[in-house]
Amino acid sequence: MSAPEFTYDISRGFMPGHRACAGCGQASAVRLVMEIAAPDCVVINATGCLEVFSTPHPESAWSVPWIHSLFENVPSVASGVEAALKKQGKLDKVRVLAFGGDGATLDIGFGALSGMFERGHDILYVCMDNEAYMNTGVQRSGSTPYAASTTTSPAGRQSFGEDRPKKNLPAIAAAHGIPYVATASMSYFADLRRKVKKAINIRGAKYLQVHVPCPPGWGYDEKLTIEIGKLAVDSGLYPLVEWEDGEVTRVRKIKQVPVEDYLKTQRRFRHLFRSEEGKAQIAKIQGMADTDIKRYGLVD
Amino acid sequence: MRKMIEGSMAVAEAVGLCRPDVISAYPITPQTHIVEELSQMVADGVIDAEYVRVESEHSAASVCLGAVAAGSRAYSATTSQGLLLMAEVLYNIAGMRLPLVITGVNRAVSAPLSIWNDHQDTLALRDTGWLQLYAENSQEVLDMHIQAYKISEDDRVLLPVMVCMDGFILTHTYETVDVPSPEEVDAFLPPYDPLYRLDPSDPYTLGAYAGPEMYQEVRYEIQRDALASKEVVKEVARDFQAAFGRWFGDVIESYRAEDADLVFVAMGSVVGTLKDWVDAQREKGEKVGLLKLRCFRPFPVEEVREALSKAKRVVVLEKAVAVGGHGIVTPEVQAALYGQAKTPPVTCAIAGLGGRDVTIETIDEIKQRAESGESEFFAGLRTELLEAS
Amino acid sequence: MTAAAKKERRKPPLGIVTRPGSSLRNKTGPWGIMRPVFDCEKCTGCNTCESICPEGCIRHLEKKVYEADTEFCKGCGMCAEACPSDAITMAEERR
Repeated sequence: MSAPEFTYDISRGFMPGHRACAGCGQASAVRLVMEIAAPDCVVINATGCLEVFSTPHPESAWSVPWIHSLFENVPSVASGVEAALKKQGKLDKVRVLAFGGDGATLDIGFGALSGMFERGHDILYVCMDNEAYMNTGVQRSGSTPYAASTTTSPAGRQSFGEDRPKKNLPAIAAAHGIPYVATASMSYFADLRRKVKKAINIRGAKYLQVHVPCPPGWGYDEKLTIEIGKLAVDSGLYPLVEWEDGEVTRVRKIKQVPVEDYLKTQRRFRHLFRSEEGKAQIAKIQGMADTDIKRYGLVD
Repeated sequence: MRKMIEGSMAVAEAVGLCRPDVISAYPITPQTHIVEELSQMVADGVIDAEYVRVESEHSAASVCLGAVAAGSRAYSATTSQGLLLMAEVLYNIAGMRLPLVITGVNRAVSAPLSIWNDHQDTLALRDTGWLQLYAENSQEVLDMHIQAYKISEDDRVLLPVMVCMDGFILTHTYETVDVPSPEEVDAFLPPYDPLYRLDPSDPYTLGAYAGPEMYQEVRYEIQRDALASKEVVKEVARDFQAAFGRWFGDVIESYRAEDADLVFVAMGSVVGTLKDWVDAQREKGEKVGLLKLRCFRPFPVEEVREALSKAKRVVVLEKAVAVGGHGIVTPEVQAALYGQAKTPPVTCAIAGLGGRDVTIETIDEIKQRAESGESEFFAGLRTELLEAS
Repeated sequence: MTAAAKKERRKPPLGIVTRPGSSLRNKTGPWGIMRPVFDCEKCTGCNTCESICPEGCIRHLEKKVYEADTEFCKGCGMCAEACPSDAITMAEERR
């Protein structure tokens, strides 16, 4: 007897048939968020990987109301949707979700994001952080980690890659005093689910930054997405922290691993293992991880 | 009810009567009085709307985009630098076929910085897909906003409308206007009924990307509908006249041009000055006339051609210059006249940039220079400044 | 808007509105040749594979009996790597 056909219904929010790379961390994370938020929500999406792989007209992977406008105006478009729903008396029942990549969120949309936080709109903004402008070909963003090689911060004879540390947007978001800010990783999906559920039930502006590994951008075999995401968190390079009303209220403790274990898995850091200078940079990165581990109390 | 109010207040009154659900604007001279008055009206409960105090014009337009996409009527106002900053959002709103009305207060563009009036800002956005209407006086400004929502939300249009009014000249001067009652406006302008909206009970995806196999067709449809919207502009103007008893032209207004040898073409408040000038000239027996361009987008080709059919000379008074090219309105007029058996000479007279007053003397100068054969010039140029530099 | 009222109005302009879930017609199965093979004996029902699949094409109709929809599975192998019980292996699909 053959098994019943696979069915995909509206409550999933995000359907298969999208054109994400095999092994895409972002597709995984979006699915997890949407399974909690759908169907009573509206999604506003920035230009980027997610938008492009999910909506090549006439195909759409979204079963909830969804809009894409431009690259840097997601927080503002979401503010307009929220204001309209508020006026229509629907904001109690319908959640407003915004999705943007790290480029859209940390760089080009930074001003609009700050405005949205400052005005306190009832919106959950989810940043899919794959640490570069992936959709346009892996160019660096403000979120690209120190010493990573991207196409606009490449490792070369006179460069070790990205020479600036990662912009700490969660702390900036928290400084706005909004009710809830959290970092999460799609590799620790139970933790991610908990944070989404928590955020979605809070009224006011919420920011969730999800670390999502990218096989072509970071340079690794697509099956390793979960493993690599875990190493990022467990090395202290991606602290999983929650802020409420501007103060840190909870962190996820780690069983610390050396940053080398994380860096050596990806082509974007491979150059660090080929020279003395690279070794020195790895030590620097370890120092950065240790600082954050201490700052957030990630190790008992 | 007749009130003696600032042009900005006339806008606020009109917008209030149109019952927007979401208002979002960023302050910029000389639009500020409009948004301040609207804020006060919201604060006093005169207008029942969500007022979103954005951090930039780019966001103001984006908030309006989101609000309309979610099924609510929205409004914004801006000028000059603000219009240019929101330019990509304006293209986006028109491309997504979202009805919206924005007041484009006309002001010069930087550099150099100028807060004073000309048409360079809204004319720079003539290709965005927005309909553009230019108002002559405060009453027309008021009426135009009510008409604009009706035009924009019409299923045959589904394109946003920019109501253009001269900064300071109209925004900051006092005129007596007739403010209609809410009942009258409600009867004319029904609530916004979206064709598609962001609604969980009937979900859609808006803003998917279009590949080369279909992008051209989408743009073709926009162009086709924009050109066809000319008829809706005319229809709404007629319906407005029937309901409210006022007429300022539909896509054009021909003022004493039927038997004129020389016809001026102009937009905005300078039309008022030109009407006075035409009347004075006619007293002296000069056969002059005026073609007021009320609707610049879509450009009313047939109507312009018809209105200028008897003219022996056409003079376009421009408040803008396409740097490296010509005027902006002039080539559109010339294109409208192209290909006819007899085409009158068309003079491009650039005047009034950066708030320079266009007076009766300026117009006299323009007429004289046009008749002496100059085809393109800046009127009233202060040559002593140029020699000093 | 009621369905009846909707029928009388024009259709949305070309390209403006995309139907929800229409990606389902784009079968991404042919993207890859590897498919997950689920060992129900080793499976603990932790649901990791179903949770993390980027396509969302893994399901279980009974506890500990998992399967992947080969119409959409891209063969990335994340499920096999992530399974804490080593209950999933990737095998080449022969058509």
